Amino acid sequence: MTRSSTRVPPILLLFVLVPLAVEGFWVFWPALQGFWLALTNWDGVSPPRFVGLGNYARMLDDPVFHTAATNTAIWLVLFGGLSAVGGLGLAVLLQKERRGVGVYRAALFVPVVFSLVATSLIWQVLYQPGGIFDSSPLADPDTAIYAVLVPALWRQVGYVMVLYLAGLKGIDPGLYEAATLDGATAWERFRHITWPQLGSVNSVVLSVIVIDSLRSFDVVWSMTRGGPYHSSELLSTYMYSTAFQSLKLGYASALAVVIFVLAFGVIVTYLVRAFREN
Amino acid sequence: MSSRTSGRVFHAVAGTISVLWLLPIAAVLVTAVRGFDDIAANGLASFPRSFTLAGFADAWTNGGSGAMWNSVLVTVPTVFLSLALSSAAAYALSRFAIPGRRTIILLMLAGNLLPPQVLLVPVSKLTELLGIYDTLFALVVVQVGFGLGFYTFVLQGFMRAMPNEVQEAATIDGAGPVQIFWRIVLPMTRPALAALAALAFTWIFNDLLWAITVLRSSSVMPVTPALLALQGQYVSNWNVIAAGSVIAAIPTVAVFLRFQRHFISGLAVGAVK
Repeated sequence: MTRSSTRVPPILLLFVLVPLAVEGFWVFWPALQGFWLALTNWDGVSPPRFVGLGNYARMLDDPVFHTAATNTAIWLVLFGGLSAVGGLGLAVLLQKERRGVGVYRAALFVPVVFSLVATSLIWQVLYQPGGIFDSSPLADPDTAIYAVLVPALWRQVGYVMVLYLAGLKGIDPGLYEAATLDGATAWERFRHITWPQLGSVNSVVLSVIVIDSLRSFDVVWSMTRGGPYHSSELLSTYMYSTAFQSLKLGYASALAVVIFVLAFGVIVTYLVRAFREN
Repeated sequence: MSSRTSGRVFHAVAGTISVLWLLPIAAVLVTAVRGFDDIAANGLASFPRSFTLAGFADAWTNGGSGAMWNSVLVTVPTVFLSLALSSAAAYALSRFAIPGRRTIILLMLAGNLLPPQVLLVPVSKLTELLGIYDTLFALVVVQVGFGLGFYTFVLQGFMRAMPNEVQEAATIDGAGPVQIFWRIVLPMTRPALAALAALAFTWIFNDLLWAITVLRSSSVMPVTPALLALQGQYVSNWNVIAAGSVIAAIPTVAVFLRFQRHFISGLAVGAVK
């Protein structure tokens, strides 16, 4: 009956096979179909015709794809980078247990539980002309992507902060006391005690922000639908509108594969780490 | 710097950031209880000159109540089924020598890490093929399938850490594997299940992408996608839109406040493992 025994009771095989079959049917099987559809020009009505790598070749000449790819890169750097830096900064600030610190942590965390749709409506109210701005920054193609990024950051920073707070908990407070006695400045304590101990959390945060950046969809979709004039388009929103509004299902599948390829390295790193722990 | 001054500096900095963080929420709460005429006449940024719950009534009666019910019908079964299936899988994979167990665990986790975009077109077509497109049932099964890998991974890690002795003692007493799962392992897994349930509730309740992929009719839309429709319907009725966002946020905020500790530990465990 223990892990070392050789015979596994048959009922336990069902315990594994049923969930595996559900995931296989709704995830693995559709994923394989998605990779196949990316090689076709399917429109959802007539049977899909094989076009090889034609969809990928088409991206090279597609200006909207270029905008979406550039915006996705901006998103990785700004959404990912700023939420990591901000989350770490706030975690270090709120690291020590002291009076009132729970309230501050909760205040920064509250937006994490809102849906991104609710978050974007909140910010749309703030962006309305006659409020903080004379004209909505969402309506200007030059600023739309950044106007969408701010609410996404507002929500993500608290999440990253929680990840770092969990990591900082593992650091022995005695190290800080010793360093303070030796006259170390706050920066020196961070540089020589905190940072070296955050190695594994940093790699977790890196995977989380890359995966979250590439998955980001809701906030852009609810605020701008990728507009005006595709100026705030991400690969994810372009993929969705190509599939379900333009009904170019083959091309949309190829766009999805591009997102997968970008996420691939991070997914593998995440799995390798999971494998080591098992 | 004396410790008292440094304490003051700390509270000034942390307090200012917290207030700034909460300011958008405060602004929306104020907007939600203003009258339409007040906002139209004085602008969104003006000091409120009215107090009314009309915005809430409008948002609630124009689709809000139906959408909330749809959300319940999706979220409750999805959380329940996900945790039931994944805890069964986690039990078998963590406590028994299932052939290829490591590979199975990682394969299941890998499925959850896939960008959902890869699945949208095939999943939408699959639901059409099965005749369940545009039903809440489709949304439930899709989300159960997609979430299973992550829940199984977290739960099997938790169950592996349990001491073997309890299981051995129960075996000697003649308990079968199913009884051990039900009477011993599941109760001991309760903290992890609570954390995952709180997380899963927020994720599923807040979902937009799967809902707009397998649903079309406004009558079946849960709260999150229904909010988008509300925005289209009440263009520039900012009190109604603000009230709608407040209503949509209440369930997840309530779960967070009630299960705060589980929630935070779940987030940390989920990512660090």
